[in-house]
Amino acid sequence: MLAWTIYISFIGVLVLMLLPREAARAARIIALLTAIAGCAVAFVGAMQQANPGEVITIVKVPWIPSLGANYFLAADGISLVLVVLTGLAAIAGILFSWNIEKRTKEFFAYYLALIGGVYGVFLSFDVLLLFVFYELTIIPKYFLIARWGSTRKEYGAMKLALYSFVGSHLVLIGLIAAWVVARAQTGHATLDLMELSKVSFPLGFQHWVFPLVFVGFGILAGLWPFHTWAPTGHVAAPTAGSMLLAGVVMKLGAYGCLRVAMVLFPDGARMWQGEIAALAVIGIIYGAGVALVQKDFKFVIGYSSVSHMGFVLLGLATLNTIGLSGAVLQMFSHGIIAGLLFAVVGRMVYDRTHTRDFNDLQTMQLGKLLPFAGVTFVLAGVASMGLPGFSGFVAELQVLMGAWKVFPKTTMLAGVGIVAGVAYTLRAVQKAFYSDAVVPEKSGHDHPLEPISMPERIGAVMLITASLVIGLFPGLLLNWIQPCLNSPLFERLLKGGLL
Amino acid sequence: MNYLEVLRAAAPETALAITVLMVLSVDLIALRGESIARRFGIGALVSIIGCLMAVMFTFTHYGQTDPLHGLLVVDPLTNFLKLVLLALTVFTVLISASGKFTEHVGEYLALVLLATIGLMFLVSAEDLLMIFISLELASLSLYILTAFNKHNARSSEAALKYFLFGGMSAAFLLFGFSLLYGLSGSTHLPEIAAALKGRGLDPLLLVAIVTTVIGFGFKVAAVPFHLWAPDAYEGAPTPSAAFIASGSKVASFYILAKIMTMGFAGAEGSAVWHGYVSGWTPLIAVVAALSMVLGNLTAIVQSSVKRLLAYSAIAHAGYMLLGVLANTPSSRTALLFYVITYALTVLGAFGVVTVVEEATGGDALANFAGLSRRAPGLSLCLLVFLLSLAGIPPLAGFIGKFFVFSAVVGADADQLGLLWLVILAILMSAVSFYYYLRVLKQAYVLDAAENAPAIKVPAVTMFALVLLAVLVILLGCAPGLLLRHL
Amino acid sequence: MNLPWLTILILVPLFGGIIVAGVGAEQRRLARGLTLAFSLVGLTGALCLWQHFNAASGELQFVERHDWVPSLGIQYFLGVDGLGLLMVMLTAIVVPLSILASWRIDDRAHIYDALVLWLQAGLFGTFTALNFFHWFLFWELVLIPAFFLIKLWGGPKRGPAATQFFIYTMVGSVTLLLSFLAIRLATGSFDFIELANMAKRGEITAKLGDAIGWQSHIGLLVFFGAFLGFAVKVPVVPFHTWLPGAYTEAPSPVTMLLTGVMSKMGVYGFLRILLPIFPEQMRLVLTPLMWLAVLTIVLSACTAFAQRDLKRILAYSSINHLGYCLLALFAVTGAAAGVNQPELQKAAALDGVLLQMFNHGLTASSLFLFVWLIEKRSGGLRGLEDFGGIRKIVPVFTGLMGIALFSSLGLPGLNGFVGEFLIFKGVFPLAPWAAALSTIGLLVTAVFLLTLIQRVFCGPLNGRWAQMPDLTRRERLLVAVPIVLMFVLGIWPQLVLGTVDATVVKMVQQLNF
Repeated sequence: MLAWTIYISFIGVLVLMLLPREAARAARIIALLTAIAGCAVAFVGAMQQANPGEVITIVKVPWIPSLGANYFLAADGISLVLVVLTGLAAIAGILFSWNIEKRTKEFFAYYLALIGGVYGVFLSFDVLLLFVFYELTIIPKYFLIARWGSTRKEYGAMKLALYSFVGSHLVLIGLIAAWVVARAQTGHATLDLMELSKVSFPLGFQHWVFPLVFVGFGILAGLWPFHTWAPTGHVAAPTAGSMLLAGVVMKLGAYGCLRVAMVLFPDGARMWQGEIAALAVIGIIYGAGVALVQKDFKFVIGYSSVSHMGFVLLGLATLNTIGLSGAVLQMFSHGIIAGLLFAVVGRMVYDRTHTRDFNDLQTMQLGKLLPFAGVTFVLAGVASMGLPGFSGFVAELQVLMGAWKVFPKTTMLAGVGIVAGVAYTLRAVQKAFYSDAVVPEKSGHDHPLEPISMPERIGAVMLITASLVIGLFPGLLLNWIQPCLNSPLFERLLKGGLL
Repeated sequence: MNYLEVLRAAAPETALAITVLMVLSVDLIALRGESIARRFGIGALVSIIGCLMAVMFTFTHYGQTDPLHGLLVVDPLTNFLKLVLLALTVFTVLISASGKFTEHVGEYLALVLLATIGLMFLVSAEDLLMIFISLELASLSLYILTAFNKHNARSSEAALKYFLFGGMSAAFLLFGFSLLYGLSGSTHLPEIAAALKGRGLDPLLLVAIVTTVIGFGFKVAAVPFHLWAPDAYEGAPTPSAAFIASGSKVASFYILAKIMTMGFAGAEGSAVWHGYVSGWTPLIAVVAALSMVLGNLTAIVQSSVKRLLAYSAIAHAGYMLLGVLANTPSSRTALLFYVITYALTVLGAFGVVTVVEEATGGDALANFAGLSRRAPGLSLCLLVFLLSLAGIPPLAGFIGKFFVFSAVVGADADQLGLLWLVILAILMSAVSFYYYLRVLKQAYVLDAAENAPAIKVPAVTMFALVLLAVLVILLGCAPGLLLRHL
Repeated sequence: MNLPWLTILILVPLFGGIIVAGVGAEQRRLARGLTLAFSLVGLTGALCLWQHFNAASGELQFVERHDWVPSLGIQYFLGVDGLGLLMVMLTAIVVPLSILASWRIDDRAHIYDALVLWLQAGLFGTFTALNFFHWFLFWELVLIPAFFLIKLWGGPKRGPAATQFFIYTMVGSVTLLLSFLAIRLATGSFDFIELANMAKRGEITAKLGDAIGWQSHIGLLVFFGAFLGFAVKVPVVPFHTWLPGAYTEAPSPVTMLLTGVMSKMGVYGFLRILLPIFPEQMRLVLTPLMWLAVLTIVLSACTAFAQRDLKRILAYSSINHLGYCLLALFAVTGAAAGVNQPELQKAAALDGVLLQMFNHGLTASSLFLFVWLIEKRSGGLRGLEDFGGIRKIVPVFTGLMGIALFSSLGLPGLNGFVGEFLIFKGVFPLAPWAAALSTIGLLVTAVFLLTLIQRVFCGPLNGRWAQMPDLTRRERLLVAVPIVLMFVLGIWPQLVLGTVDATVVKMVQQLNF
C-alpha cells in the first residue's frame, strides 16, 4: 500500500503536465490533492504496519536478474517515520507556494516529481533501486531552484546539482565494489539490501568503502566540510524548494548514510566512528557560529540547517540504540522545523517585504505588522533551539545521551553548539521582528503589507502542531523507531560484527 | 564453396545494395525537377523499404553459418547487430528527411546505405582482409557524407581532416594486419589466435597491437586519435554527424572487441593497479583513461552543442573501451548494451540539434534558449537524451554505465584491481553532468530571446525522435528487453 | 476527591493564557479581568492545597505519576512536600499582585497578561515536577514569557538586557541538561527521588565513573554542570551579571515576578536537586562554595550601596538576600564534625532558608511594587537623587514602603528577620568564619537601605514633587496584603514553619550520611 505514495505523486506529475499552460488554479489544487492523498496513504500504511521492528515487503519483482537487482519496496519503522515526514512536508510546501504565478503547473510538476523520488528512496530495499530514486531527485531539484529561485539561483542550482551528483557517484563506486565482492563471496550476484547486509565484507575493504559511501551520502546530508552547497542552495531556492531541501532532501543523505553505508559496512562504521563524530560536532558549531554573523535572514536558516544536521550525524556516529534513535527523531523533527523556518523567512517575510537584509527588516517593525509571522517564527525558533515541549528537544536529548556514552568530550562541545544555536535564533528573532531600531521617518514601504493568507496559516499550524505533538508524545514515533533498531538488520551495527 | 549459400548469408547486404541502385536511379530518372523535400521524401521511402527488406532477410536467415571461412560469419549476435544498424539507418534517414543542406539527395541516401552495408559486413567479418575492406567501404562513405554541405566551407574542411586522418589510420591498420599475417600465417582470426598462443609478447606482436589500436582508436575517436572528431562533427551536416556518431561506433566497437579478445588472445597483459603486465589491456586502459578525462574536461568549455556532443562522444568512447579491456563475457555483453543504447541516444540528440539548427540557423548554446516554451515536445526529447548521456537513472545510459562499470570491477573480483579505472570513469561521468545540464539550462531555465524564430518540427522527424526517446526510457527501466539478445 | 489537583493547578493558568491571548487587543478590561480571575483561581487552589496538606508528614503529597516515554525513563511525576507547597504558595500570592500592579499597562495588554499567566503555569510546573524531563520542560518554558515580557515592555536598554538574561540562563540550562543526561546514562533514572536515594547510598559517583570512565573526576564535572545551571538562576557571583540589567529594564510588575518567584527557582533547584543528588561532590568543594556564598553576600551589598537607581539598588539587594540562602545551603552539606547537635543546627539553617525564600519573595516583590508606584507618579524617574523629603507629601506611602524596607533590612518583628535569624543560628555552629564574614553583608545592607530611606523620604523636600498624590484607595488595598503578611509572618512564623518543618527534618536526614 505504501508504494502508492510514489505512484500517486508521479500520476500527479502526469496530470499536471497535461493541463493547459495557464491553468494555475487547477494546478495548485491538483498538486495539493495529490500531496494530501500521498500523505494519507503514508499515514494509513504506517498505521497498518503491525510490527515496526520487521521489514514488511510491499512489492518484490525481478528487474535485472543478471545483476541480481529487484524492484523491491519495503518498509520498517525508520522508513515509516521518514515517509510520514515527507507526507507532511509535501503538503506544507504546497500550501506555502500557493502564490506562485509564474508557470505554476510546471513548478508543481517538478515538486511532485521530487516528492515521488523521495518516497521512493525511503521505501527502497534494493540498493540499485534506492540509487535510481536518489539520483532521480536531482533533476527536479535543479529546475525548481534554477527557474523559480531568487538570489543567484542558477549558480546555487548548479552547485547543488553537481555536489549531489558527485556525492551519488562516490556512492556508486562503493556500491559496485561491494556488489562485486559480495558476488565473489556468496557466489551469486545480488543488490538486495537484506542479503547484502548479511555479507561479511573483509575489513580492509570496509576500511575504504565505508568512508567513500558515507561521505557520498553525507554530502547531501550536509556533512562538514562538504556542506557548502547547502547555504547557497537554500538561499537560492524558492520557499517550497528550501522547505523540501532542508526538510526532506538532506534527510535522504542521512538516511542513505544509515540504511546503506552503516548497515552494509558495520565494521567500517566502527573504524571511522571518531572521525565522523568530530566532523559532526564541527558542523554543529561551525554552522551555528556562521549563522550568528549573517546579514541575510535566509542565510541564518540555511546555516542552521547545517548545524542541526550535525546532530543527526553525531547521533549516527554513536552506534548505539539511543543515539541512532535520536538521529532518526532529529531527522523528523528538523524536517518539520526547518520547513517552518523557511516558510516564515521566504513566504511570510520575503514575499511581502522583498528584502532579507536585517538592516532593512529592523526598521519595519514586523512584530507589529505581521504578528502571526512573528509568533510563528518565535515558536519555530524555540523549537529549533531545542526547547522542551517541542520535538527537537527529545531528539537532541537522545543524541546527547548516546554521545555521552561514547564521546564525552565531543558531547560537551555539542553543548556549546546548542548555546550558539540559542544565540543566533535569538538574534534573528530580535532583528527581524522585535527590533528596537529607529523607524525612519519616510520608509519606502508606504503600501501596507498584505495579511497572512489562509494557506499559510494552515501550513504553519500544521507544522507547529506536528512538532508539539511529537515533543510532548515522542512515544508515537519512538514506538516505530526503537523496535526497528532492535531488528536483525541493525544487529551487526549495534552489537558485534567482526571487530 | 556454394555461391547460393553465400548469397543467402549475405542477403541483407544484397538487398541494401539493390536499394542503393534503386535510390540512385529513381532520383536520377523520375525526380528531376521536383523539390528537394519531395525528392528526399521519396528517396527516404525507398531507402526505408530497402532497409525493411534487409531486416526481413536478417530474420529469415537466423542461424549459424560461416560459408566463406571467416569472411562472412552469420550467428545470432551478428544478426542482432545488423538489425540494430538497420534501425539506426532508418532513424538517420527519418531525421535527415527535412534536410535542405544538399541538392544531391539520391547520392546522399545512397552513401548512407553504402556506409551501412560496409558496417554490416564489418560486423560479420572474422577475417582481417574482410575487416579492412568493409571498414574502408564504410569510412569512405562517411568521409563523403561529411563533405555534403556545399554551402558551408567547414563541411569540406571537416571532411578533409577526416579523410586525411582516416587514410593515415587505415594505413596503420593495414600495417598491423600485415604483421599479424606474417606472424601467424593466416588472416582468419581464430587461426591467428591459435598460431600466436604461447608465443609471449613478441616485439612484432607488440607493434601489431599498437598499430591496430591506433587504427581503431581513430575510428572510435579515442584520445590521442581524436583530433578529427570535433571538427568533423561540427562541420558535417548534422544528420551525417549523427550517423557517424552512432552506427559506426556500434560496429567498430564490436569488431575491436572481437579482434582484441579473439585475435590477440594470449597477449592481454593486465591493467590491474599494482599488477601491470605488458599487453593490449594496459594500452587500451591508458587510451580509455585519456579519452575519459580529455573528452569530459574539454566539453565543459564548449559553446557549440555539436562540438560538445563530439567531445562527449570521445568521453563515451573511453567508457566503452573499458568494456573492451575487461575481457570477460559479461563485459562484452555490457559493452554491446552500452554502445547500442549510446547510439540510439546520440542519434536522437543529433536529431534534435538538426531541427534546432535548421530553425535558428546555428547550434550555439544560445540558440537553444527557451526551447521548452518554443517546442515543448522537442525539448522533452532533448531532456531524455542528454540525461541518458549523463547517466541519470532510470534511463538507458545509466544502466549501460552500471553494467560496464560493474563488469569491469568484477573482472578482477579478488583484488578489485581495475577499480581505479572505474573510479576515474565515475568521477569523469560526474563532471559530464555539468555540461549536459548547461544545455538543459538553456532549454528549460532561460527564456527565449525576444525575436527568436519559431521552431517547427517536421512530423516525420518528431516521430523518430519520440520513438528514440521512448526506447531510451524503456531500455533504462527494463534492460532485459535488450540483454536477452546479447 | 481524587482529582489530579496539581495538574489542574498548572493547566488553569496555561489555558487561561491561551484564552486571554485570544481576546484581542481592543478588550483590555476583559483581558485584565480574565487574567486576574485565573490567577485568583490559582491562589484559591494553592490555599486549598495548603489546607489539605498533612504538615506532620515530610513525605510527598498529591502525587501523580504516569509513564510518559518508558524507553527513556521519562515519567509525568508531580508531587509536593513542604518546600514545593511553599513555593507554589509564593507564586500564587505574588502573581496576582503583579497583575494588579500592571493594571495600567495598555500596550498589547492581552499578550502581556497571557505571558504572565504562562509564566505562572511554568512556575507551578517547576515547583511540582519530580522527573528531570518533566521538570526541565517547565524550567525552560519559564524563560520564553520572561524574555518577551522584558523585551517588549521594558525600558530603554531592554534588548540587550533581555538577550543577556536569556543566553546566560540557557548556557546554564545546557550544562544542566548535559549533566543530567550523564546521570541518566549512569544510573538509568531521571527521577529526582530515586536519584536522591541513590546518592544517599553513595552510588552515584561510582556509577558515573563506570559509565563514563574517561575522567577520574567525572562526578565533579557533572556536578559543575548542574551547579552552573542553578548558579546562574539564583544568581551566585560571578554569574550574576545578567541580573541588574534584566531587573532594571523590565517593567516593575515584571521585576516583581522576577525577583519574587523566578529567583527562587534557583534556590529551589539547589534544595531539590543539587543537594540531594550531589552531596559528595559538594563536600569536596565545600570551601570554595562557601567563599562564593560569602562573596555573593558581601559584594552584592557593597555594590548596592554604590548604585543610584532605585531598581538597581533593590536588584543587588536581591542577590544579597539570596546569598544568605546559599550560605545556609552550603553550610548544611558540610560534614559538621565536632558540632554540638548537628541535625538541630542544620534543621534550623534549612528552616531559615525556606523562610527566607518565602519572605524575600514577598518583601522584594512588594518593594518593587512601591518603586512602580513611585515611577508612575514621577513619570519614570527613579534615581536616588531625584527625590527627597517626600514623606511630607506622601506620608502613607512613606510609611508602608518604610515597613517593607525595614523588613528587607531584617528588623525583628517583621518577616525578614526570622529567616535571617534562623540561617545565622544554624550556620554559626556549622561554619563560624563564613557566618562571621557574612554579617558584613547585614551591616552594609542596613547602611544602603537606610541611605535610601534618607535620600528619598527624609531630608529637604524636592520641590518638584510637591504635588505628588498619595496612595489611592485601590493602591492601599493592594499594598495592604503584603504588608499585613509581613507583620503576620514576623510575629508568627509558625504559620509557615509548621507546614515545612517535617519536610526540613526529612531533608536533614537525607543529608546525614
